[in-house]
Amino acid sequence: MTALCRDCAALAAALPAGGRCAQCGSPRLVAHAELASLSLAHIDCDAFYASVEKRDHPELLDRPVIVGGGTRGVVLACCYVARLSGIRSAMPMFKALKACPDAVVIRPDMAKYRAVGRAVRELMQATTPLVQPLSVDEAFLDLAGTERVHGGPAARTLALLARRIEREIGVTASIGLSYNKFLAKIASDLDKPRGFAVLGRGEAMDFLAPRSVGLIWGVGAALQQKLARDGISTIAELRQRSEHELTARYGAIGRRLARFARGEDDRPVDPDAPMKSISVETTFTRDIARLDGLAEQLQPLCASLALRLERAGRAAAAVTLKLKTGDFRVLSRSRQLADPTQRAETLYRAALPLLRAAADGTAFRLIGIGADRLAEAALADPPDLFAADPGARLAAGAEAVRRRLGAGAIRRGVIRAEDDDAD
Amino acid sequence: MKLTIERTALLRALGHVQSVVERRNTIPILSNVLLRAESGELALSATDMDLEIVASVAAQGVRKGSTTAPAHTLYDIVRKLREGAQIEIDAAGDKGAMTVRSGRSTFTLACLPPEDYPLMADGELAHGFTLSAADVKRLIDRTRFAISTEETRYYLNGIFLHAAKSNDVPMLRAVATDGHRLARMEVPLPEGAAGMPGVIVPRKTVNELRKLIDEIDQDVQISLSDTKIRFGFGNAVLTSKLIDGTFPDYERVIPAGNDRFLEVECKPFAEAVDRVSTISTEKSRAVKLALERGSLTLSATSPENGTAVEEIEVRYNGPSIEIGFNSRYLLDITDQMSGEWVAFQMADAASPTVVHERADTSALYVLMPMRV
Repeated sequence: MTALCRDCAALAAALPAGGRCAQCGSPRLVAHAELASLSLAHIDCDAFYASVEKRDHPELLDRPVIVGGGTRGVVLACCYVARLSGIRSAMPMFKALKACPDAVVIRPDMAKYRAVGRAVRELMQATTPLVQPLSVDEAFLDLAGTERVHGGPAARTLALLARRIEREIGVTASIGLSYNKFLAKIASDLDKPRGFAVLGRGEAMDFLAPRSVGLIWGVGAALQQKLARDGISTIAELRQRSEHELTARYGAIGRRLARFARGEDDRPVDPDAPMKSISVETTFTRDIARLDGLAEQLQPLCASLALRLERAGRAAAAVTLKLKTGDFRVLSRSRQLADPTQRAETLYRAALPLLRAAADGTAFRLIGIGADRLAEAALADPPDLFAADPGARLAAGAEAVRRRLGAGAIRRGVIRAEDDDAD
Repeated sequence: MKLTIERTALLRALGHVQSVVERRNTIPILSNVLLRAESGELALSATDMDLEIVASVAAQGVRKGSTTAPAHTLYDIVRKLREGAQIEIDAAGDKGAMTVRSGRSTFTLACLPPEDYPLMADGELAHGFTLSAADVKRLIDRTRFAISTEETRYYLNGIFLHAAKSNDVPMLRAVATDGHRLARMEVPLPEGAAGMPGVIVPRKTVNELRKLIDEIDQDVQISLSDTKIRFGFGNAVLTSKLIDGTFPDYERVIPAGNDRFLEVECKPFAEAVDRVSTISTEKSRAVKLALERGSLTLSATSPENGTAVEEIEVRYNGPSIEIGFNSRYLLDITDQMSGEWVAFQMADAASPTVVHERADTSALYVLMPMRV
């Protein structure tokens, strides 16, 4: 058992008596049998946008803070005080304010968050070249082989990195340490905020066994339901099936199910992995053939895709509409955009003609929308000579849709709470 | 139908019409060209249902009749025949086929019945006037690059042609915009155009018209209603539907109060923009213009490529300003300038900038700056 003090980075051979660091007296210790041998980490900043705002507005430190609003009307991020009232990100703003009427709402300043995210990333990259960013505020780090450079095991290097991020940048991060990406990402979520969680080879299997299959990346509501119908709801139940059996029944994802269920994940940390596309999809409880029914499903997906784009600091220069028929044939249709966008409305308007062409009466079980040919966020939605009056533009767009699809094809709507888990 | 025709004349006429025919068609007959033989003449028509071109060419030994044959195939055959060859076209025998003979070559093409060919109704168009080929060229060349390709803004997918007044002088104006830039060109209003409605001429029509003018350099008879426009050149007629939409109130976005004036020699400026933009990323094409008294510094940066800086002398007396533009848009404008000097009127780094030739404001451009 190795123990590590997260404040002074002192190492000990065992957890000191009284649970406090022998060097500095801090109670923030982490102890684990494999602590000195694990080197794959996932680092995730805590309530990132809200933390940045609190850093810049110290008077808000103990107030519930929500970052969001603006045109989208959903919570982009909320601090841990706000979470006490049940507020979660992606929640519609009106609902969040109902739950917590005295919350301080701050309009997002994406340029600022990106700049802070870049500074965090630079600290990570100063620690190891193997940093694979997942979004503006989280990344995988592979610290294998850095022991000699940093004069200690990866765990210690990570504790120092987290301390540096706090001191130099002023936001906190949580660390998940394990032996592969799948488990590291799960671990970083276990001890949030300001956490440090370890999942070693010794306990990974036992840890996973009782958990829901939904924990596995790629298992959404629909697959989860399907697995449940087949008598699989926990990872332990999944483990009883062979990879062959799972692949035969669920297709390509069967392999991932089998491997991940056994805590196996051989994906390397790839610092150059370009973010090629971002997509969201939803499977219906009952097949849908009608255009208006499909369009109704598409709308919240576009909102959710826009949110993801904004978080990743990217913009879509093309969109891909994906549909899966009742008999599992996959259709995908792409279209380039005049300008890169981060707006839900623009994504929707671009995808709608593709949907109209595809909705020929076939019953579909799934709809998805993806952002392709990603561009930098700075290029998104360039200023427009005729956009001074957004209402007029919106009306013109709606008019164009009605011209093609009939008067009932488009109407003003609200994003309902039930649609929130669309992706 | 039977006739003999000289290869060069037929190739020219086919060339005028065949580019209207889309490569892929869901309606088979739209892949065909309509051939109508009448007293000493062969008329060829092609259409995509929105746009129709009819070209006439003299023929010998004409026996009246009509048929339709695959446009691109026929064009390719005629193109590959020897120069100066005489071509015999015969659709008299079997109803479903047409024979093309020249020298020792014989082609038999599958035809479709001419009565199924969707010709546009001939009707009278209420307004008519004549423009010189040079004026039509100018109206097109100085505006068409700004036409929007965004399908959702269909009403910007063409050139807005209308009568207007500049300093109380009646003008015929062409305007195109994609929201990022706007191009406005005007010529003195020709006789007969005074009461014309403002019409939006679709991009494909503009491009076909431009090709025709290059080949047939003569005055153009223009007639139009509020749904159709026709361009007549003597032996070729182009008829097109118009875009059914409302062009936005563009005069509202042409700033009148910009008070920072820059004058720069057009050619050195364009060359410098072109050089500096080598560095800017493919997607953004941004260049930054930093202005100080008497000098302009052009620069571009990209995380992948590095940086570029170039300084040129300019006439500028205003306060220092930094403003970014899409280099492609700047070059689209300078490409159309024949004068030596280009003038910019700016307000600030976020507001529309006006560009024109120093001594000539018949062509006026508005550019939306980029964030740099």
